[in-house]
Amino acid sequence: MPAGDGMILNGVAIDDEFAEAFGMKATRVIITAQNLTWAHHAATTATGFATSVIACGCEAGVERELSPDETPDGRPGVAILLFAMSGKELAKQIERRVGQCILTCPTTAAYAGVAGGEPVALGRNLRFFGDGFQASKQVAGRRYWRVPVMDGEFLVEESTGVVPAVGGGNFLVLAETQPQALAACEAAIAAMRRVPNVIMPFPGGVVRSGSKVGSRYKALSASTNDAFCPTIRGITRSQLSPGIGAVLEIVIDGLTADDVAAAMRAGIQAIVDLGAPQGIHRISAGNYGGKLGKFHFRLREIMAR
Amino acid sequence: MSALRLTLTARPPARVDLSPLTAQPLAGRSAAEIAALPLVLGNRRVRLDELFRVTGTPGQVLEIAGGDDRLDRIGAGLAGGSIVVEGDAGAYLGQRMTGGSITVSGHAGPFAATGMKGGEIRVAGNAGDFLAAALPGEHQGMQGGLVLVGGNAGDRAGDRMRRGALLISGSAGDYCASRMVAGTIAVGGRVGRSTGMAMRRGTVLLLSPPEHLPPTFNDCGRFPLTIVALLARAWRGLPGPFGVLPAAGLPVRRFMGDLANDGKGEVLVRD
Repeated sequence: MPAGDGMILNGVAIDDEFAEAFGMKATRVIITAQNLTWAHHAATTATGFATSVIACGCEAGVERELSPDETPDGRPGVAILLFAMSGKELAKQIERRVGQCILTCPTTAAYAGVAGGEPVALGRNLRFFGDGFQASKQVAGRRYWRVPVMDGEFLVEESTGVVPAVGGGNFLVLAETQPQALAACEAAIAAMRRVPNVIMPFPGGVVRSGSKVGSRYKALSASTNDAFCPTIRGITRSQLSPGIGAVLEIVIDGLTADDVAAAMRAGIQAIVDLGAPQGIHRISAGNYGGKLGKFHFRLREIMAR
Repeated sequence: MSALRLTLTARPPARVDLSPLTAQPLAGRSAAEIAALPLVLGNRRVRLDELFRVTGTPGQVLEIAGGDDRLDRIGAGLAGGSIVVEGDAGAYLGQRMTGGSITVSGHAGPFAATGMKGGEIRVAGNAGDFLAAALPGEHQGMQGGLVLVGGNAGDRAGDRMRRGALLISGSAGDYCASRMVAGTIAVGGRVGRSTGMAMRRGTVLLLSPPEHLPPTFNDCGRFPLTIVALLARAWRGLPGPFGVLPAAGLPVRRFMGDLANDGKGEVLVRD
């Protein structure tokens, strides 16, 4: 529902809408390497093709870089977060991604990044790649596997913790032009990347293909969100007010609802700071009527905090 | 914190088994009950107060003052709390302990930490033979926890050790890590003959090069192993050479053996 004369911040209308998010399972993996470049190579590939659980199996992204004094082995590192709809699916995705993207990447090691939670295999099964030459080592109560590889040893922790999490927090940026919408999202993503415990899993953190439930084609359960598509506004029940030429969405997965809310607030605030002079008209949010998702993030409540 | 203090009144005429002190919790017992605890001295039973003066209140801390190398099985089966020995300890220090801590300001006798499964033992002085080793007839020596010896260890340190960390700041005698199954042994000084003899798995980290290793160990080369960095960081702050290892680890030369017995153990020598 458009804002009307409700909340307007720096000329940007905040719709009286809510983002509908779901309960998920998540873990964090800490990747270290000889330098940040190689840690990023591993992190980027391990979180690749992980924009949406609909077809990727999990949603994943880089949370942040870690300085040497923040990592278990004193090397530079990168923390990644992975989210799936079930612990079982998450375990499968962890094994595939760590096995194909971190084990294979020169100089890397992988550690559990979540204390507690239900343990799932990180290196427990990957160790068999060592063909009998692998060795385990317990250090300070944590078990690691040392798998011989061609550049030395791949060191990987036995398991990582899976915790309940929240996936699908979102907001929509409605702007005058496509470049203005994108510039606003870039500013939002820069601010949101400073918030801990969250990822924005889509390319560059931004998604342009917002969806609605259902389709005229029976085989599809979701289809383009025509109410927000500007090029067909004249033939649909458009929710775009006059002057809006492009809409982009930012989706957020976080370890807790508070983390998601904090990221949404940081992102929206960054956009509001640009304000109407930069072509930003409205901020809205995607939901399914509130019946599907357990978590509701009301935009006005978040921005009123 | 309340502490029960037992002060040895005279050197005992025979060996004393102090395992009854940890067989059951002392907390909540009256001074009279503790004074009447039966101890085995040589081949006879005596009351505890025939050997020790009892002061303080039983709780999480037990202090044994005037330690003596005839005081055996101090901390046997300890599951929590701490024991502080002022002076020496006899044989079987911390035998089969599962938690808590024991500190000895003097030396420890043979078979310290045998069957230990958890907790921490720190001996400021030397440890006798068979430190963290298996008792005759038993299959496994130390099975968990941390043992830190400030001085030297005798022969057969870590014999049949299964898990945990055994850190010897000084030197170790002959057959260090013999028949070792797994775990970590680190030696700051020299090691005697036949280090790692019949070792199956596990790690021996030597800060000084050994004069020789058994011929059944093969040189695998020099590496900056990440696992060494993890160990260094886990030990950071401990007294002795292992508490000041570089946080980034250190390059080591890796020897693997004993090839006569599986050959999956490793002796890492600082290089």
